Amino acid sequence: MESIKVLLIDDEEEFISTLLERLEFRGIAAKAFTTGAEALDHLKREHFDAVVADLKMPGIDGMEIKRTVEREYPDTKVLLVTGHGGRESGDEEAEFDILMKPFGIEALLEWIRGAVGNP
Amino acid sequence: MSTEFFVRMLVPWGKAASAESKELRRYRLIWWRTVMLTLAVALMPLVVMAGVNYYLFRKSLQSDLQHQISQDLSNISRSIEAVIEERVSALRLVIREHDPATLTADDVETTLANLQASFGGFVDLGLIDRHGIQVHYSGPYSLEGHNYADEDWFHQVRLRGIYVSDVFLGHRHLPHFVVVVRQRDYLLRATVDMQLLHRQVFIPDSRPSDDVFLVNQTGVLQTNSRFHGKILEACPLPVPPYSPDPQISESMEESAIPSFLGSSYVTNTPFIIIVVRRAANVLGEWLRHSTEMVAFLLVSAVLIVIVVLWSMTATVERIRAADLSRLQMFRNVEYTSKMATIGRLAASVAHEVNNPMAIINEKAGLLQDLIRSSPDYPNREKVLRSLDGIVRSVERCGTVTHRLLGFTRRLKSRREEIDLRLLVTEVLGFLEKEAMHRSIDIQTDFAENTPRIMSDRGQLEEVLLNILNNAFGATENGGRISISVHADERDRVVINVADNGCGIAKEDLDHIFEPFFSTKGEFGTGLGLCITYELVRKVGGTIGVWSERGSGTRFTVTLPLDMERPLE
Repeated sequence: MESIKVLLIDDEEEFISTLLERLEFRGIAAKAFTTGAEALDHLKREHFDAVVADLKMPGIDGMEIKRTVEREYPDTKVLLVTGHGGRESGDEEAEFDILMKPFGIEALLEWIRGAVGNP
Repeated sequence: MSTEFFVRMLVPWGKAASAESKELRRYRLIWWRTVMLTLAVALMPLVVMAGVNYYLFRKSLQSDLQHQISQDLSNISRSIEAVIEERVSALRLVIREHDPATLTADDVETTLANLQASFGGFVDLGLIDRHGIQVHYSGPYSLEGHNYADEDWFHQVRLRGIYVSDVFLGHRHLPHFVVVVRQRDYLLRATVDMQLLHRQVFIPDSRPSDDVFLVNQTGVLQTNSRFHGKILEACPLPVPPYSPDPQISESMEESAIPSFLGSSYVTNTPFIIIVVRRAANVLGEWLRHSTEMVAFLLVSAVLIVIVVLWSMTATVERIRAADLSRLQMFRNVEYTSKMATIGRLAASVAHEVNNPMAIINEKAGLLQDLIRSSPDYPNREKVLRSLDGIVRSVERCGTVTHRLLGFTRRLKSRREEIDLRLLVTEVLGFLEKEAMHRSIDIQTDFAENTPRIMSDRGQLEEVLLNILNNAFGATENGGRISISVHADERDRVVINVADNGCGIAKEDLDHIFEPFFSTKGEFGTGLGLCITYELVRKVGGTIGVWSERGSGTRFTVTLPLDMERPLE
C-alpha cells in the first residue's frame, strides 16, 4: 500500500518543519508550506490524502483552505489546528474537525488514520 | 408597642450612631433638615394662633384691671372728699351760726364736744383772729394764745377760705391733719385724726399683691402702705403730675407680671390717691379660660409632629433604598465589565502561549523520536525521562489554556429544548458514587411549574457540574447538598445549589469568579468558577453567590426561557 500523503500548512515555520520530520519518522509522506497560497498552488500538481492547516494565518487562512480543498479535491480530508479561541475565527454554523495546539502526535496520527482509512 | 418601636418608626435618624459613616451622616442631615423645615411650616399657624389668642386675652385682662383701678380711684376719692367735706361743712356751720367775735372759750369747748359726738374724728378745735393769734382753744394741749401769723396755711386760708393740711405727727405722735375754714376775719381750725381717712383708703376686692395709699404733693406718704413704706416716709414712686381726672399707667416696677398704677388728686386737699394693682398670673388665667383651645392646639401639634416624623422617616428611607439599589446596579455593571476584560485578557494570553507551546511540544517529540531510534545514544534513559517531563508539562499547560479559552467541548453552541429537572438529575448521576462513598445527603426540590427552556445542554451540564464539584469540595463527609429548581415571578428559571460546608470568606467572595483565584491551594486550577461564570453568561443567564463562613454556600443560577433573549 502506498504511504499516506499529508500536506501541512502553518505560518509557524519551526512548528511545521518539526512536525513534518516527526510524521516522516512514522512513515507518512508529508510536505509543508508556511502560506496558504503556496500550499493551494502545490495541490494543483500533487494529490494528498489529507491537509492539516492552521486556522488563523495571514493571507489565506485555514477556513478558506478547507473550503477550497473540499470543493476542488473531495478526496482530500482537511483537519484544522489552532491555538486561538474558536468562535470568532470561523463560520459558526459549520461542523468541522479541529485540534487544539499543543496536541500530542498520537492525536494527529489517530485522526489521519481515521480520515484516510474511511474515505 | 414599645418605645423602641416608636424610635424606629419616627426618629431613627435623630441621633448619630457611635461610628457613623459619611453616607449615613448625609441621610441624617437630610432627615433633620426636612423634619425641621416641615415642622416649622406646619406648626407656625398653631403658634401664631395661640400667640394672638394669648395677646388678646392679656389685653382684655389688663383693660379689666384698668377699669377696676379707675373705679377704685373714684370710690376712694369720693369717700375721702365726702369725709373732708363733712368736716369742713360742720366747721362752716359752727362759724356761721355764731358770730366768731362773740364766741367764748366755753362755746369752743362745747362745740368740740358736739362735733366729736356727731361727726367723730375731731381732736381739737381753735379760733384764730385775723392777727393769727389763737384766741380760744379746746383740746388736749394748751395752745391758747399761739401765734400762727407766720404759717403758710394762715395766708392760704385767708385767700381761699378753706385749707386742708398734709398729715403730720404733732405733739401726741399720732398722725393727723388740720382743716381750717374762714368766716370774715376769723378762722376756725380743727385737727382731725388720720384714722378717719385711713378707713376710706381700701379696695373692696383687694389681693395680697395690691397696694393703695395716699401721698401728698411732695411725695410723702400720708397713710401706711403695703409695699411702699410707712406713713410720713418718702414714697419711692414719683409724684404723678396734676390732673383733674384719674390717671392709670403701666407700672415700671416689675416687668415679669404686668402691674398698673392709678393716681387721682383729691379736690381741695393735698392728697393724692395711689392704687397699685398687679395683674394675676396671666398665663395661668389664660390656660384656665382657654382649656379647650389649648387642648386642641396641643393635640394638633402632637399629630403634626407624629405625621411629619413618620412621613419624613419613610421618605428618607425610600431615598436611601433607591440610592442603594442604584449603587448596586453600578457595581454589577462594573463587575460585569471587569469580568469581560479579565476574560479577554486571559484568552489572549492563552492563545499567545499556545503556539510556542506547540513548538516546544513538537521539538521535544522529535527529540524523543530520534533518541528512541538510536539505542546507543549517551545517557539515553536520562534524556528520554527529561523529554517526557517536558511533554507532560506542555500537556498541563495545554489543559489550562484550553479550559481558559473555553475549548472544553465544542466550538458551536446548540440551542435545544431542555427540561432542567431532567438535566439536573442526569448531572447528579455522575456524582452519585462520590456522594454515596462520602455519605453526603443530596436533597432535590423541583417545582412542578418549572418550564422547559431553550438553551445549550452541554454548557448547562458543565455549569452544574462545576458548581456541584465546588459544593462537594466544600462539604465534609456526611454533609448535605440541596438543589432546587423553580420558576420565579418574572418567568425565569432559578437553580439553587446550597451546601452546608465551610463557606467562603467575605473578602474572597468578591473574587471567586475571577480566573486563577482558588482557595483549594494546589488542587484547583482556579478556572472552574471563571468558566462557569462565562458559560452562564453565554446562555443569557446570571450567577450569584451567597456564603457565610461556617454555615455554607449557595449558588444561584438564573436562566432566561430562551438563551437568545438574555436577562441583561
